[in-house]
Amino acid sequence: MNRPETTEKNLKTEHKSGVEMDEALVKIKTRALSVYYGATQALKQVDMDIKKQAVTALIGPSGCGKSTFLRVFNRMNDMIPDTRLEGKATIDGIDIYSPNINVVTLRRLVGMVFQKSNPFPKTIFDNVAYGPKLNGVTNRSQLEEIVERSLIQAAIWDEVKDRLHRSAMELSGGQQQRVCIARALAVSPEILLMDEPASALDPISTAKIEELIHDLKKEYTIVIVTHNMQQAARVSDYTGFFLLGELIEFDKTERIFEVPKDKRTEDYITGRFG
Amino acid sequence: MTTALLAIPNLQARRINVLEAVFMAILHFLAYLPVCALVLILGKIVHSGIGVITWEFLTQAPVEGMTKGGIFPCIFGTLSITLLMILIALPIGVGAAIYMVEYAKEGVWVRVIRAAVNNLAGIPSVVFGLFGMGFFILFVGHHLDEVLRTGLLFGKPCMLWAAATLAILVLPVIIVSTEEALNAVPQSHRSASMALGATKWQTIRDVVLPQAKGGILTGAILAISRGAGETAPILFTGCAYFLPRLPIVKLFGIIPMINPMDQFMELSYHIFIMATQSTNAQKTMPIQFGTTLVLISLTFFLNLGAILLRSHYRKSLGQVTLQ
Repeated sequence: MNRPETTEKNLKTEHKSGVEMDEALVKIKTRALSVYYGATQALKQVDMDIKKQAVTALIGPSGCGKSTFLRVFNRMNDMIPDTRLEGKATIDGIDIYSPNINVVTLRRLVGMVFQKSNPFPKTIFDNVAYGPKLNGVTNRSQLEEIVERSLIQAAIWDEVKDRLHRSAMELSGGQQQRVCIARALAVSPEILLMDEPASALDPISTAKIEELIHDLKKEYTIVIVTHNMQQAARVSDYTGFFLLGELIEFDKTERIFEVPKDKRTEDYITGRFG
Repeated sequence: MTTALLAIPNLQARRINVLEAVFMAILHFLAYLPVCALVLILGKIVHSGIGVITWEFLTQAPVEGMTKGGIFPCIFGTLSITLLMILIALPIGVGAAIYMVEYAKEGVWVRVIRAAVNNLAGIPSVVFGLFGMGFFILFVGHHLDEVLRTGLLFGKPCMLWAAATLAILVLPVIIVSTEEALNAVPQSHRSASMALGATKWQTIRDVVLPQAKGGILTGAILAISRGAGETAPILFTGCAYFLPRLPIVKLFGIIPMINPMDQFMELSYHIFIMATQSTNAQKTMPIQFGTTLVLISLTFFLNLGAILLRSHYRKSLGQVTLQ
């Protein structure tokens, strides 16, 4: 990774200019964000503006730091010992790593869907009601209302409405993943982080999840990590390409896939390495 | 080449075959040896003990120098001390395991605790008995009496100290099985809960413990069946040679409850004294067998309970959990 200093400077100005966006439309912003796991640097000086009510895809080969970047926003990296963060990450202009931020409140604002569907071994109802119950909702009819709304939003209501009190573990992988999405939506977050949400699913379930992402962006700011180029191209409005912890290029999705500025981005999306 | 080799009558191969058959026979014999021992012991106990067991034997106190009557105070004592033991050991053991698995960072201290727990499991039980007497009765008990001015209430052998001593003995069983149960809960469930804004404790209470309770209960029952048969730890700490009345106190003069400050009779200790301390060991022989049979059945049913419970939770894990 030895490049002349000038190229790096050029790149930075370029990808910044690629996404001139109105300050009012920016939901998440990072500046010179670096994350270290012990001595290894997982993210290097990442600057990114993530737009409100849009889908931002993070792509790149395994170990490039895209999942680490995603987990910055709900501070799930805090749970990994010896993690250190430098630089700034803000949501609505508020520094989420400032000492007076309550991580629990932050995580209710920033929902997350994981790579492998991970419903609790509880009923479908209890899975979705878990978050609201943590928030102190005890009223049964209110809970029922939230559960129904969330399951409808996650496009799984029709499939599970007759078996809400059966275990979520009996569902298929794709259905489980949508229950997990409903569970994340039930706490009414503003941001939804998705870490390769469809990588373990069959094509039909994947299509359903993608369609769902498309619907959800009307209300939520979505950041999605994906290994699947076509998926990034289909679902996202903006795409960031990571390589070895660096944000190589960040731009509108169609520009990334049609006219990538960086040779490495082009190589990656055309499948020359990865 | 190969076919040519096959054609030659091979004496060496034959010798190897014979040798192999001999070894197989020896291994077979060794494998069945424990079964034979078990059958012999159980057979003898059941054969000699079953005749003694009557309704009276199970419900009455020993009489006439323990050569007649029943063993009800012993059954009652065994059950109550086991109950008290698990009440003491379960919260401590589960708490310790939760700390080690969920909170403590893997490091020197966790290794020290784990080594201590493992060593605790290897200590001969009579050492626990002496420790219990030295620590609980002579140290804790006496000082409690001094501070609370209770005369000689705590500073003497009683069910509370015997149960506490047994609790230390079974602590490793509970800690190890709870740790296993907690580790078996997928990390992804903890992440999911935390990502929904649950605190660490809420995650443990609402997601981890419900999934681990089968394993924890199994550990508790194994601990019970381990503790219920022990004699040495209670030898110096609370059991009585002969105490025909039950260790019961009337709370507020009305509600009967087990009196933890009283001494008690116990099955395994009863067998021990009948065999070695009785004035007429020969005459008590049938009662010894009967008592042994009762003790073994008790432990057997406890173990059976553990197995059923475990398979029940294995089956229900990941299936329906109706509210």
